[in-house]
Amino acid sequence: MSVNMTKGQAISLEKKGGGSLTQVRMGLGWQAAPRRGLFGSRTREIDLDASAVLFAEKQPVDVVFFRHLVSDDGSVKHTGDNLVGGAGQGGDDEAILVDLERVPVHIDQIVFTVNSFTGQTFQEVQNAFCRIVDETNGQELARYTLDGGGNYTAQIMAKVHRVGSGWQMTALGNPANGRTFQDLMPAILPHL
Amino acid sequence: MTAELVRGQNHPLPETRLEIRVSAGHPVLAGATLGDEQGRVAGAEWIAHPGAPALPGVGVPGPAAADHRLAVDLDAVPGAVHRVSVLLALTGGADRFGALAAPFVAVAGPDDTEIASYTLTGLDRESAVVALELYRRQGAWKVRAMGQGYEGGLAALLGDQGLERPADLAAAILATATPEAPDAPEVGPSSTVPSRVPEPEHVPRTAPATPPPTPVTGVGTGGPVDYSHPRRRTAPAPAPAPAPEPRQAPPVPVAGDASGWSMDERLYNQVWGMFEDLARTAAAYRSACDFAESRLDRELDETLTDYRARADGANDAARAAARARHDELVERAREVLDRDLAQLAAESEVVEPALPVAYARWDNPVWHSYRVPAEEPMAVRLGDLHLPERTDLRIPMLVRLPLERGLWVDSGRGHSEAAGLLDEVELRRLALDCAVAHAARLLAAHPAGGFTVHVVDPAGAGAAALAPLVETGAAAPPARGAAGVSAVLEQLTERVDLLQMALRGGAADALPPGLDAARQLLIVHDFPHGFDDRAVTRLRYLADEGPSVGVHLLMVAAREDAAAYGPLLDPLWRSLLRLTPVPDDHLADPWVGHAWSYEPPLLPPGSVILRQVLTQVAAARHGKQL
Repeated sequence: MSVNMTKGQAISLEKKGGGSLTQVRMGLGWQAAPRRGLFGSRTREIDLDASAVLFAEKQPVDVVFFRHLVSDDGSVKHTGDNLVGGAGQGGDDEAILVDLERVPVHIDQIVFTVNSFTGQTFQEVQNAFCRIVDETNGQELARYTLDGGGNYTAQIMAKVHRVGSGWQMTALGNPANGRTFQDLMPAILPHL
Repeated sequence: MTAELVRGQNHPLPETRLEIRVSAGHPVLAGATLGDEQGRVAGAEWIAHPGAPALPGVGVPGPAAADHRLAVDLDAVPGAVHRVSVLLALTGGADRFGALAAPFVAVAGPDDTEIASYTLTGLDRESAVVALELYRRQGAWKVRAMGQGYEGGLAALLGDQGLERPADLAAAILATATPEAPDAPEVGPSSTVPSRVPEPEHVPRTAPATPPPTPVTGVGTGGPVDYSHPRRRTAPAPAPAPAPEPRQAPPVPVAGDASGWSMDERLYNQVWGMFEDLARTAAAYRSACDFAESRLDRELDETLTDYRARADGANDAARAAARARHDELVERAREVLDRDLAQLAAESEVVEPALPVAYARWDNPVWHSYRVPAEEPMAVRLGDLHLPERTDLRIPMLVRLPLERGLWVDSGRGHSEAAGLLDEVELRRLALDCAVAHAARLLAAHPAGGFTVHVVDPAGAGAAALAPLVETGAAAPPARGAAGVSAVLEQLTERVDLLQMALRGGAADALPPGLDAARQLLIVHDFPHGFDDRAVTRLRYLADEGPSVGVHLLMVAAREDAAAYGPLLDPLWRSLLRLTPVPDDHLADPWVGHAWSYEPPLLPPGSVILRQVLTQVAAARHGKQL
């Protein structure tokens, strides 16, 4: 059973039957909002990008985004850039896979962000969501819907961080502005 | 999808009711033995053979035939049985498997789909063989490709499984293999004597041979196998799913455990997967160590700037704490690294022996059964790569065929320590030896006549090292002197010109009929001795334009020797893949860019394998020309 998360809500990434998760996928899906008026069927293409920043004690150590698809240690993988979105209704347009067992020991937080590379604000995006899936069995653990309409171009979605020997996920849902994750650094730091 | 197993490989069995298909191309006896955890068979009554075709859970077919189907129900096999060995033995005329076609065995599920198959290659004087083994591992059954042959025949095989008086037993079993001998001496259960299957709960080491708790039905000559559990007579409950293997235990690595259409491709992908995993694992470890280091520096700095703390001596405690934090993080990183390295080392141990010749080290026994291949492999091994974190974990350096660029075996001193220890003459000799080994491997990887080697040795200085290539006839005698150099270069330049023109003009059919289609390799020794400006220009042309039309360079040279040309040759060196005759860390991986230590492929000292292989290559080419 998937949990619908609200802003700031934390869930622990532990399996029901004991044992912690080993592989999770952060999925991102969206659709372009149809425009009203003449030529309304001409939906504009929106390129959202999912990124993951790996932190060690609040210092960024590595980043996974469309130009660097796999973290150097191989634990975090981006499945590839989707330039137009479209799945929106359940499937993921972009996904970032995290092999929690292989995350280097000094990495204690992984922050997931979404940016609008083409510059449209989230007002023009429909059905955008971010979800976390147990990759070993395909079960959705949590889903966070970007409550639409904000006049901003980026969102800090969630973070996965170490708690004791396991991992926990916290939904952040914080709006920000920027084209790529670099622009978001000042907005990310308060959440660490 | 059928898993094509190689010798020693195992594969999980999703089903417990199986059919094992044997196809030998010659009448063989097929049987099965039921053994305990150590693989020991307690007595003759645990052998299924034509005279006793049905044991609990195992049914073997009748007399010797070229094709057999054995029925197995692993749910019905007694609990004390941990291994079911499927064996084949020759009967009648033939006395060695080597004289016959390689037997093929396959394991199929109840819906007729093949789960795994295995071709028993490499048998020679053996007349009995354990083809497959089905074994219990943590509650689940697996199949392993065995291919364990016995020159001593069935008797040796049975003796090896711990049976007493194996020779008599083997004779009795072989007697049942021929249909004309129905009154063969009885060994084990038969239709006339109550079956003496031991109580499964007693591990039959001492073989008390107590009567079975329930008579096993279907024990008759050629009767159908009884699928019912010997102690569970009621309605068949669904078999409990095999317990999943515990999480913590990493899966046992298997050779060929990667995607691909052929074993060749799967092994290639597996080696590259290991290469990437090692690169990334080392990156994770180094990144954690770097972080620990920089954090320690920062914290030590902080203790220095904190004057108050310095005054009351809390300073030392803070430093000690900082150091402890550093050590703790590094230790945890090391633990993870060791775990990953152990896993990769275990994988390397099973992959290395399973590699085909093109990927194998020269000391791999697979070279002794070398045959000129019918088609070229995906890649060839040009050496080994390792990282300082674990120097004994060697990753084969596989380079795709056709070569995308030429090779350069650097006979110069370079910067490496190992090269510094050798004198110049020794280094040059080693470089040429390496080049010959690379050329031999390229020759061996190509089908007959598919690869031609030219050698340029202007001063004849490399005659001794080049001897294996020349004396076996695998390569033409080296071109000598300036005239020889320019003749070879002229010929190859013309070839490249011609092929480039045909390729660009889309007129491949307009090529002269006599042009041989083989790829060409030019070994250049002693460069730039014997080269004039025109020859150097041609060489550069070959390096740039040759690879796309199958003309490759293998330079054995030191950059210092060609210093007179100044920067003119820089593009040439850059366009070649630099290899060294001694270990050197000059190669970077494509993922993280670590500096990897390259080790050239070494021939075992005194080995004749190079000449053997080259002789075969030359003979195959000759055969083709005839």
